Amino acid sequence: MRKYIVKRLLLSVMILFCVTFIIYALLRCLPASYVETVAMQLASKPGAKPYEEWLTQLNASYGLDKGILPGYVTWLGDAVRGNFGDSWKYTVPVLQKFSEVIWLSFIMGAIALVLELVIAIPLGVIASTKQYSRTDYAVTAGALIGISLPPFFFATILKLIFSVKLGWFDLFGLVGRDYAQLDAMGQFLDKANHLVLPIATLVIVSIGSLMRYTRTNMLEVLNSDYIRTARAKGLSEKKVIYQHAFRNTLIPLVTIVGGSLPTLFSGALITETLFSIPGIGFTSYEAMRIGDIPFSMFYMTFLAILTLASNLLSDILYAVVDPRVRIA
Amino acid sequence: MSNEKDEVKKNINEANGEEYSLNDDRRVKVLSPGALVVKRFLRNRLAVLGMIMLILMFVFSFIGGLISPYSQDQQFYRYESQMKEYAGVVRNDDFRYTAADGQKFDSVLQAKFQLAYEKKEPSFSYKDINYEVKEEGTDFYSISSEGTLLAIAFKDIVNGEGEEVPFTLKMEALKAYTNGETSFQADGTEYTLDEDANILDGDTVRGYISRFVVSPVENGVNISRTFKEELEAAIDADQEEFVFVDEEGAEYEYQITYDPTTKTWSVRQGKETYVYDTYAKPNKAHWLGTDTNGMDMLTRLMYGGRVSLIIGFIVVFIETLLGVILGGIAGYFGKWVDNLIMRIVDVFYCIPSLPLIIILGSAMDAMRVEPQIRMFYLMLILGFLGWPSITRLVRGQILSLREQEFMTATEACGIRVSRRIFKHLIPNVIPQLIVTCTMSLGSTIIMEATLSFLGIGVKFPFASWGNIINDVNDAYVMTHYWFVWIPAGICLLIAVLGFNFVGDGLRDAFDPKMKR
Repeated sequence: MRKYIVKRLLLSVMILFCVTFIIYALLRCLPASYVETVAMQLASKPGAKPYEEWLTQLNASYGLDKGILPGYVTWLGDAVRGNFGDSWKYTVPVLQKFSEVIWLSFIMGAIALVLELVIAIPLGVIASTKQYSRTDYAVTAGALIGISLPPFFFATILKLIFSVKLGWFDLFGLVGRDYAQLDAMGQFLDKANHLVLPIATLVIVSIGSLMRYTRTNMLEVLNSDYIRTARAKGLSEKKVIYQHAFRNTLIPLVTIVGGSLPTLFSGALITETLFSIPGIGFTSYEAMRIGDIPFSMFYMTFLAILTLASNLLSDILYAVVDPRVRIA
Repeated sequence: MSNEKDEVKKNINEANGEEYSLNDDRRVKVLSPGALVVKRFLRNRLAVLGMIMLILMFVFSFIGGLISPYSQDQQFYRYESQMKEYAGVVRNDDFRYTAADGQKFDSVLQAKFQLAYEKKEPSFSYKDINYEVKEEGTDFYSISSEGTLLAIAFKDIVNGEGEEVPFTLKMEALKAYTNGETSFQADGTEYTLDEDANILDGDTVRGYISRFVVSPVENGVNISRTFKEELEAAIDADQEEFVFVDEEGAEYEYQITYDPTTKTWSVRQGKETYVYDTYAKPNKAHWLGTDTNGMDMLTRLMYGGRVSLIIGFIVVFIETLLGVILGGIAGYFGKWVDNLIMRIVDVFYCIPSLPLIIILGSAMDAMRVEPQIRMFYLMLILGFLGWPSITRLVRGQILSLREQEFMTATEACGIRVSRRIFKHLIPNVIPQLIVTCTMSLGSTIIMEATLSFLGIGVKFPFASWGNIINDVNDAYVMTHYWFVWIPAGICLLIAVLGFNFVGDGLRDAFDPKMKR
């Protein structure tokens, strides 16, 4: 087991190198319009150096004057030591900005995940026990509608109904207009209020796949031989489903949910952008739109690490949860 | 695979009256595996519903665009009346002066006259010269000194028709006008004054008298006499609006507002301007109204559907092509080939696609890439980022398939490797492939719509369901013009839902273990 994990970890590191190199090369090949804009601004100040001089100076200070390979090596050397440079857009170290915004995304993701689990698993189980019934059709259709809903469209409808027509929530942002005047409790409630719609969007949009996953796995278990045996020996249906079948369904569920834990940090780029919630997704979106190379590089590396961690975690969990699985 | 004979019927040949024997093939209804799949598919209500939705969307997008009387980027116009400041009107309450020919009546004398007028004195003096003031009519005075007429002071203004009105004519006309006479003589000519205070020399109009001064707001605008008359009539009648038809027959609406502090009337002209018919409410000509550029919403939706569906298909095609080739090779050869390809897959799997596409899209924004070329890039990028999952699927299936006997048979027959992979292995993966492709069509369309919504996918003038909804970034549009974005969202939902329902139905239908 340990050998397996070490092997996987080494492989992951190799993959990460490749991924970061590809991203770095791609970013460097694009026109760095940001540097040019800044150079233009600086050069237009009275008594300033000409545009070309500024451009070279800025390129040098951002390490853009080196070739792609030496540039990558420099970036990698800094990154390994935890220095991802200064964000061009936010003009603070990337990691500082990151640590400011990451927890908001994490909290949103965690609440959404808990809600998803609480809603999706029971519905999936019910649907599978009553296969082809009206409930089953409703759950399946509901799950598919959730999957098919474009997040931006659903979020806009939520906004129209709850923000515009009913006026319960604000359209954008994390804090209200009078946030500064509120006491601690009021500030907390204000933030919570602003998070309701984004979390609702997240839950509805991603609940479908979990619901279907539960249903499919439960159906598979219900069709297996040991369930027939359990029924044959005269156990009550309740016992068959919740003690024998559901426990076995939990194996793939734990694997997939455990595997999705790292992605809680990745933030919801679209949803955060739609609601202007200053989490990691929205922050990165803003940075990426203006071609902020240090921040984009960091964000994509971070996402790649999360993906690798998820895969690794779910593979390990699979072996841990199911004693029948032995990994060589 | 062998033919499945699953439905046994008691078929009795009535005509011959002869009963089939038990092992007679005619007793058994034979269904091919394909027919079985179709049968299972059609039994799934959701799948059939999805099929209907898809057909609807395809007809709407591909045939609708042909039927629609409008084209995708045809803009519509409407007339909008805009009120524009046209002229200012002042009632003249100050004296104006005209000096007699060859005489001077400067501002000091004007001031002196004003004082004398206010005190109602018949004369005033300045620099030892006496001036007599004579009231000739209402608000009309003549000033003379030692018998010579120096000047006239008046409030009603004589406007010449084209040319300057000579002094005598002016004076005589004013005298007649202020005294309510209808005819007068000046320089030996007989003139008449009509009701509209026109000075007529026989039939020719030499000028007119009016107390109102109308000055246009814009330079170079000539305000006609008839217009002034109508305007005066309207002001006298305290009207706030009136309609005037000019010489060319164009009809204009005017609004009059009176400002008591400056004692002026300002006249505003309603000008019909030709503007884009933006955000028109749904009507007979435009069933779903028009969008922010004055284009027909329904037509945009149809063309948008075309773009969204075509992009979806091309992207999935690229993904599948790459996935099948690489997955087939990896699965068949195994060993280091498999290892190499799967590591590439791992790398691509790790590249965060949405952020990458956002960056590339922003870069294309900066480079001002043509919308059409952009669309191709978008398809390529989406396709190249999406193939790893299909490769994994194909490879996994082939790994197990290649151990089966029929592959040993192909090897024994000496069939070429490429033929073995693509003729004997891949067709066995097709069912799973179809399901995955159908599902990923849905997600690709959502992805494209999301990107277009963010403004980095399909760009104007091309329509896509995503960039139609993009209009809601303006909160006013979101709250007031539902017809701009709700139909596009519903189309999107129906299309994606259709693909997902069908994909789900196919998955069940291809699965021989399914009960139904």
